Amino acid sequence: MKMSITKRLFAGLGSIAIGASLTACDGGNTSSGCEDCTESVTVGILHSLSGTMAISESTLVDTEKMAIEEINAAGGISVGGKNYEIQYIVEDGASDWPTFAEKSKKLIDQDKVPVVFGGWTSASRKAMLPVYESKDAFLYYPIQYEAQECSNNIFYTGATPNQQSEPATEFMFKRSPAAGKPFFLVGSDYVFPRTSNTITKEQVKALGGSVVGEDYLPLGNTEVAPIISKIKKALPDGGVIINTLNGDQNVAFFKQIQDVGITPKNGYYVMSYSIAEEEISTIGPEFLTGHYGAWNYMMSINTPASKRFANNFKKRWGSDRVVADPQESAYNMVYLWKAAVEKAGTFDDNEVRKALVGVKFDAPQGPVEVMANHHLSQTVRIGQITSNGQFKILESTNGPVSPQAWNQFEPSSKGYACDWTDSRKGERYRL
Amino acid sequence: MQLILESLFNGAAIGSVLLIAALGLAIVFGLMGVINLAHGELMMIGAYSTYVTQLVFRLPALKFFYSTYVIVALAIAFVVSAVVGILLEKTIIRRLYGSPLETLLATWGVSLILQQFVRSVPLAYASGLIVTLLIGLLSSFFLPENILKYKHKKFVKLITWIISIFSGLLIANCLSSTISKLGRASARNVDVTAPSWMRGGVEFIGITFPITRIVIIVITIISIIGVTYFLNKSVWGMRIRAVTQNRSMSDCLGISTEKVDVLTFGIGSGLAGIAGVAVSLLGSVGPNVGSNYIVGCFMVVVLGGVGNLLGTIIASFAIGIMTDLIGAGRLLTVWPDMPDSLSTIIDFFATTSMARVLIFALIVIFLQFRPTGLFPQKGRMVEG
Repeated sequence: MKMSITKRLFAGLGSIAIGASLTACDGGNTSSGCEDCTESVTVGILHSLSGTMAISESTLVDTEKMAIEEINAAGGISVGGKNYEIQYIVEDGASDWPTFAEKSKKLIDQDKVPVVFGGWTSASRKAMLPVYESKDAFLYYPIQYEAQECSNNIFYTGATPNQQSEPATEFMFKRSPAAGKPFFLVGSDYVFPRTSNTITKEQVKALGGSVVGEDYLPLGNTEVAPIISKIKKALPDGGVIINTLNGDQNVAFFKQIQDVGITPKNGYYVMSYSIAEEEISTIGPEFLTGHYGAWNYMMSINTPASKRFANNFKKRWGSDRVVADPQESAYNMVYLWKAAVEKAGTFDDNEVRKALVGVKFDAPQGPVEVMANHHLSQTVRIGQITSNGQFKILESTNGPVSPQAWNQFEPSSKGYACDWTDSRKGERYRL
Repeated sequence: MQLILESLFNGAAIGSVLLIAALGLAIVFGLMGVINLAHGELMMIGAYSTYVTQLVFRLPALKFFYSTYVIVALAIAFVVSAVVGILLEKTIIRRLYGSPLETLLATWGVSLILQQFVRSVPLAYASGLIVTLLIGLLSSFFLPENILKYKHKKFVKLITWIISIFSGLLIANCLSSTISKLGRASARNVDVTAPSWMRGGVEFIGITFPITRIVIIVITIISIIGVTYFLNKSVWGMRIRAVTQNRSMSDCLGISTEKVDVLTFGIGSGLAGIAGVAVSLLGSVGPNVGSNYIVGCFMVVVLGGVGNLLGTIIASFAIGIMTDLIGAGRLLTVWPDMPDSLSTIIDFFATTSMARVLIFALIVIFLQFRPTGLFPQKGRMVEG
């Protein structure tokens, strides 16, 4: 049988494509040089590499890979006199929460990894939580979140509300140019903004201020015109806007409030909890200059550790990249895991979990320590956004602030705390 | 007075975004009956072409014309989205006419492919691909008739495609080497910044009207006038209407229904591209920008009455004004001393999320009484 040229061409291209996809999808373990290592250990990295969240979560994968490479280059993990090289398996959560649970099962059961670094959204964490609890495995979760959760099987390295929103609210009410003015709360319609705003409302009430309005934008909706009308009506003479919008909804919000004159010049100050350096460069600093943000880590922190972190990241992934708070948390958690393993002297989950509490690390933000509630004590910083896309740090707390897994402003959790070092206290006990 | 004016303007602002997004769909879905779930992605392509145009206009050579880039972007977005739409029609939708379920699934698949495409292919190469398609598809129109009649027609076609691929590669390489942002694949949302004359607002009797919103309203009005003129006055518009009303009869009378289909779909897609320019001015540009609008588009078209442009226009402005009235809690300002029970209810719905719920509920109730929308199409197609 004679094949026409086109058919042959197609056959050829087809086989190349199949070959390429086989090699590409082979995945498997990736390692990066550790010269003194005789053994190796494989850890799991589980973030979204496709779908909506890929934009944010891929930066964490980059940071975690960098941390692992740094550890390997410095001689790996030493356990029982042997040096272990860290290898990693990257799985894609695909911005789909059940997939996170499924891939977690795969990493725990099939790949038998001792630890999984993963997650971003609260929804993905809530989906993974039952998996880790039922299999008694350990997840390291790096994002600032609404708290009101304290699992023995999750280690939270991001900020709790008392390490981000509470100091920020206090700053806005007492020391910002809009001090004493009324508050308006804007957020995306899901668990983090709603919980965070409940806390803020209680706190503003306790401080003696007033919240004059609150509105939530359904996820995926970028029509902010009604919210802007409400803000103008509720805050005719300027005031504080607390912003917990998510992702690209921020772009629509900031572009359009500027057009109608809701700007720092006219006495309106926005404090955002989800805008870090990465988001500033996407939204455009020209829309954000003069507004505020609160984080544990800001790229403009002027310490050798911070600069080394930022420079290493740029060297590894490109000079136009920036580092931000979520990445710093992701970076810290890899190092904290290493320290806990070395302290425990084994990779065994239960031993590492016990050893983890009390581990200290000189993070890019300054010293951090793992507390008994599986959260991290961290320094809180308030920054004002400058025209070059960075934060000008206005104030920072005196040393690290202890995390509260159960919020003390929210009536339902007031008076409770979490302690995993004491078997009688556990997840939730009355103070 | 001030309040009414502000309400009207905000309603028009929200409505015009809905309308410009739904206009292309009103043609594709309304006139052709194709459920095109990739409509949002055609908008996304329009938004991305605005972004590329903006970056090209930032080059030193074109810097002088930077403030006019939005106008150029409108034309480019129209052409680019139309080309992608025509390709979609010729390869997939054409084979599925008359089977709405399969069309729905296939176009949804296409929308996923297009979303992942912009995530994983550098924009420079995507632009190159579009240029290739554009030259390749259009070349047959520009070549003299007698060359195509020549017996080596295949050979000539091959050469035109080689030329178009070459120019596509050239564009791709030029773009990726001069503008580094376009040379890398990125899933990150990108930002279109309006030129300085479009930023800020105009003060009028104490109300600030944002200029971007005014520009979008103007773009919408021009598009509607253009589409109405084309459908009612031009020869091809007449053919489109004829095919819509009775396909087989038009076929018998010598209208090339195939060409009409391509043209209709191309125009519908092109309008989606223009909508993409409009939404890029309001928010950011990302792979998901279109899927945020698709439900709203279908809602407007169904509410207005499938196949009726006037219905689409009225429906989108009605939804816009209602969103503003309910969502911004304006009723409370108009009537400050309403009974407590009523004001609690209105207050409850005065958030964006709840306003949406209420509007959807109202639309569902409305469609119970008028299942065919505000202005149902009358004619043979409906009965047959």
